[in-house]
Amino acid sequence: MSKMHIHTTINGDQVDFLGSPQQSLLDALRDEVGKLGTKEGCGTGDCGACSVIVDGRLVCSCLMLAAEAEGAEITTIEGIADGDGLHPLQEKFLEHAALQCGVCTPGFIVAAKALLDRDPNPDERTIRYWLAGNLCRCTGYDKIVRAVQDAAEQLAHPA
Amino acid sequence: MAEAVDYRYVGTSPVRPDGVDKVTGRAQFGADQNLPNMLHGRVLRSPHAHARIKRVDLSKALAMDGVRAAVSGADFPAVESGEIGGEGGGDVADIARNVMARDKALYHGHAVAAVAATSVEIAERALEAIEVEYEALPPVLDVLEAMAPDATLLDEQCFTKNLPEKPDKPSNVASVMTLARGDLDAGFEQADVVVEGEYRIPMAHQGYIEPHACTATVNEEGKATVWCCTQGHFEFRAMTSKILKWKISDLKFVASEIGGGFGGKTVVYLEPVAVLLSKHAGRPVKMVMSREEVFRATGPTSGSVCRVKVGAQSNGKITAAKAWLAYEAGAFAGAPVMPGAMSIFAPYEIENFLVEGHDVLVNKPKVAAYRAPGAPQAMHAFEVALDDIARQIGMDPLDLRLANAADEGTQAPYGPKFPAIGFKACIEAAKKHPNYTKPVPEGAGRGVAAGFWFNIGMQSSAEVRINEDGTVIVMEGSPDIGGSRASMGLMAAETLGVPYEQIKTYVGDTESTGFCNVTGGSRTTFATGLAVVQACEDIIAQCKSRAAATWGMDDDQVEWQDGQAIPAPGVNADVKPLSLADVAASAPKTGGPILGRASLNAQGAGASFAVNFGDLKVDPETGAVEVLSFTGIQDAGKAIHPAYVEGQMQGGAAQGLGWALNEEYIYDANGVMENAGFLDYRVPVASDLPMIDTQIVEVPNPSHPYGVRGVGETPIVAPLAVASNAVRDATGVRINDLPLSPPRILAALSGE
Amino acid sequence: MAKVVFPDHLLVHTGGEREIEVAAANYRDLLVALEERWPGVREPLNKAAVAIDGQIYQDAFLEPIGADSEVFFMSRIEGG
Repeated sequence: MSKMHIHTTINGDQVDFLGSPQQSLLDALRDEVGKLGTKEGCGTGDCGACSVIVDGRLVCSCLMLAAEAEGAEITTIEGIADGDGLHPLQEKFLEHAALQCGVCTPGFIVAAKALLDRDPNPDERTIRYWLAGNLCRCTGYDKIVRAVQDAAEQLAHPA
Repeated sequence: MAEAVDYRYVGTSPVRPDGVDKVTGRAQFGADQNLPNMLHGRVLRSPHAHARIKRVDLSKALAMDGVRAAVSGADFPAVESGEIGGEGGGDVADIARNVMARDKALYHGHAVAAVAATSVEIAERALEAIEVEYEALPPVLDVLEAMAPDATLLDEQCFTKNLPEKPDKPSNVASVMTLARGDLDAGFEQADVVVEGEYRIPMAHQGYIEPHACTATVNEEGKATVWCCTQGHFEFRAMTSKILKWKISDLKFVASEIGGGFGGKTVVYLEPVAVLLSKHAGRPVKMVMSREEVFRATGPTSGSVCRVKVGAQSNGKITAAKAWLAYEAGAFAGAPVMPGAMSIFAPYEIENFLVEGHDVLVNKPKVAAYRAPGAPQAMHAFEVALDDIARQIGMDPLDLRLANAADEGTQAPYGPKFPAIGFKACIEAAKKHPNYTKPVPEGAGRGVAAGFWFNIGMQSSAEVRINEDGTVIVMEGSPDIGGSRASMGLMAAETLGVPYEQIKTYVGDTESTGFCNVTGGSRTTFATGLAVVQACEDIIAQCKSRAAATWGMDDDQVEWQDGQAIPAPGVNADVKPLSLADVAASAPKTGGPILGRASLNAQGAGASFAVNFGDLKVDPETGAVEVLSFTGIQDAGKAIHPAYVEGQMQGGAAQGLGWALNEEYIYDANGVMENAGFLDYRVPVASDLPMIDTQIVEVPNPSHPYGVRGVGETPIVAPLAVASNAVRDATGVRINDLPLSPPRILAALSGE
Repeated sequence: MAKVVFPDHLLVHTGGEREIEVAAANYRDLLVALEERWPGVREPLNKAAVAIDGQIYQDAFLEPIGADSEVFFMSRIEGG
C-alpha cells in the first residue's frame, strides 16, 4: 500500500513522515517518528496513555489517523519540558510520588498540561473529571490529583 | 533486632532515581524495544472455550509474502511436569501448554499458533490463513458445576490431589486442602449468635495499563536476547529455558521498565513464542498484546464461591468458624485457594475452626497471581460475616475485631505462633482516627474490615560498587514496579552513611547481576533490600580494612561512622577520618576496586496487617455507589520511603474498591468474555474516587535490619468487605456477592 | 524434644500422624530423622515452608532447632 507524506510540527520541530492511510497517529508517532514516550494501553481510546495535544486539543492518538494530523501542531510528552528544565507538572509528579510504574504518566502529564492550559486554577472535582479519561492502576489517583493541584499553584505563583 | 531509631535517610521520601526518565517519556517499557530488521509476531487464539485441536496447518500462512515464520504447539518440545521454583504460576508443563496449546484449547483466547511477518498487518492477515480443525467440546464455566461428579472434564488425567486415598476417577477438582483446629461442634454450641452465608465473586483482572510485550533476537549461534516487561526476568528466563529446552546460558533476559503487574507479569505468555519465531526466522521478533488479548488470555484471579459459618458469644468472642472455599483455577491447576484458606482467619485468635479449599478447573484463562493472591476472596466472606455478627450483638465492628485480634504469641491458623505483629496497633489507630470518630455522613454507610498478607522472602542478590570518586552504584535484579530503586538507594545511604544523591540504583539484566526472584509477594524491599544492606556492610568491612592498612592498625581498631572510617574509641591515633571518597581515591594502592556483594534466601518475612474503613453512599435510583471517604491503616514494619508506602496503600485500595464495585469477567454461555476492554471492564477512574487517607503503623519486623515487612499485597484485601459492609450499613440490605454494581444493587433494593 | 506439626495435606506422607516429638539440632538433621521414620517424606517436606518458633522459612537448611522448639510445616506462600 502506498504511503502518504504527512507534514506536521511536533514539539516545535517541523517533522515530515510517511504513514500508511490506516495508520493511527499513535503508531505513526511511535513507529515512524520515534516518539516512544507516547504509550499504548488499549488502542481503543479508553486509557489515555497515548494522550497528545493536537492544535490545542487533548486527543487519544490511538483514535486519530496519522493522515488527519496533516498540517497539525502536536505536543507529546517529549515536548512538555522547557529547555533543560522540567515542567512544573513533571516536577510535582516526582515530588508527590504521583507515579509508581510510570507507564500512564506521560498520558497524565500531557492531559494535565492540556487542562492547566485551559483552566489554570481547577478545583479537585474538575481535575478528577478532566483526568477521568486517563487510567492509572497503581496510585489510586490521590497523589496524581495532588501533584496537578500543586503544579497549578506553582504555575500561578512561581517561586 | 530493629528498634525505633531516628534514621537519616530511611523514612524520607526523595525523588526516585528513575523518576525523570518516567515523567519525560524517556523510560523504555516493554513495547519500546525496536531492533534493525525486526519482524512483528502475532498469536492466533482459540475461538472456542473448550475444543480438541485435530489439525493445525501453517502452510498457507507461511507461503504469504512477508511472512517469515509460523509455529504451533507441534513446534514446541514436550515438557515434563515440575515446579519452576519460587514463584511463577505452578507447573511448568501447564505453563508450556498455556503459552501454546497442544492437543486441546482450554479457553476462548488460548494461543494456538503464531506468526512473524514484516509488519503487524501482514502478521494479522497471516493468522487468518492458518487452518485449524477443532472438535468443539462443551465448556465448563461454573465452578460448582465443574465440581459435580458428572461434569465434563478439562483434563482426563487430573485426579484430585491431597485426598486421603487416591481417587479412581478423574475430576475437575485439581486439589483439596483443609486446615482445622479444635472442636467445631463444641465451639458452635458455645455461640450466642451464628451467622452463615455464601459469597460469590467473579474473576477479576490485575488491569495493569501496559500490555504484555517482548522483543526477542536469536543469533546464528543460537543465543537469544529477550527484552520484556516482567516482574522477574530470572524466572522468565527459567520458564523459557524449560519450555523450549534451551540452556539457561543461551538465554539473556533484559527487564524493561514495567507498566504494572500486580502479580500478572510473574509468568510467561509471549517470550518463548517470540524466541522460537526469531530462531525460525533468523531475525528479531517483537510481540505486543492487544488489550483484548490481555483480558482474554492473561492473568485474571480466581472467581470464587466461599461459604462461611461463624459463631460468637454476646461479648464478641468468636467460638467457632468454618469456611468452604471453591476457587476457579481457569484452564490449569493452581488457584490460590491454599493462601486463601491460610489467610481467612489469620487476623484472629480462634480456637475452633475448619477451612476446606478446592482448586477447580474451568474453561477460563489460567489464573495468575494478583496482589495477595487468594486472600481477598476468602477474607471478604469472613469479614462480611463478622460484620453481621457485630450487628447482631450490637458491638462496634472495630471492638469485635479487637476482642479477637491475633497478637504476638497467637498461634496462626496456618501453624506457627506469630512474632511481633501490628494488627492490634492498626485497630487502635483506626479507633482514634478522625475519619472514624466523625459521624457517618447523612445517607451514607460505613464499612470496616481487616486485611492481611503473609509476605515472603526468597532469593535476592545485590552488588554495590564504589566509583573512583566515592559515588555508589547499587546493582540488583528486582524489576522496579513502584519505586523500589529509591528504597534500595535509601537503605544503601543509611547503611553506608553517605547521601542518597550519591547513590544510583540499577536493575541489571540476567547477565549483569545475580539471581533475584520476582518482584512480588511484597518481597522486594524486604529481601532485595536485605541483600543491598548486606552488600553495603561488605563494602564497609572492606573500607575499614583498607583504612586500617593505611593507618597501620588492625581492622578492629577502625570504625565506620557517618560515611567515614575513624579510629575506634580508645584507639589513640592522630589520623584524619577517611571518607568513602578518600578510600575510593586510594583504592588502586589498597587492593583495587571496591566491590561489595551479597546473595541470600531471605527468611523471616513479617506479616502485614491492615484495618480499612470507608463511607459509601448508594444512589437508590441508579444503584451507583459513591465512595465518600476511604481510610487505610497498615503495619509496614518500617516505611523506607513513606510516600511510596502510602502509594501502595492507596493503589491497593483503589484496586480493591474497583473489584468490589464494578470489575468482573462477564461470560456468555459459550465461554466468551463479553467485556474484554477497558470501556466495559471498568476499572476505577479519577472521578470515581476520593482522596484515599492513609496511616502507616510501624511495628518493626525483627528479621530485617530496618524492620521492613513489605506492604504491597495487603492493601487490596480489606476494601472488598469494606464496600460490602458500607453498602449494608447504607441500605439495610445485605448483598453477599460482588461486584456491587448498579444492576446488583438495584435488584437487591427491589427485593429480588 | 522439639514438637513437629504437619498440615493436613502432608498427613498422607506421615501415616496420618499430625504431631510428633523429634530430637534434632537443626533443620537438616530433622529432615534426616523424619526421612528415616517415613521414607519418602523428604520430597514433599522440601516443597513446604517451615516455621521454627514462629519464624517462617520458605527454604530452611541449617536453622537451629532447640529442645523446646515448635516446628510447623506449612504451604509455601507466593504473592503478586
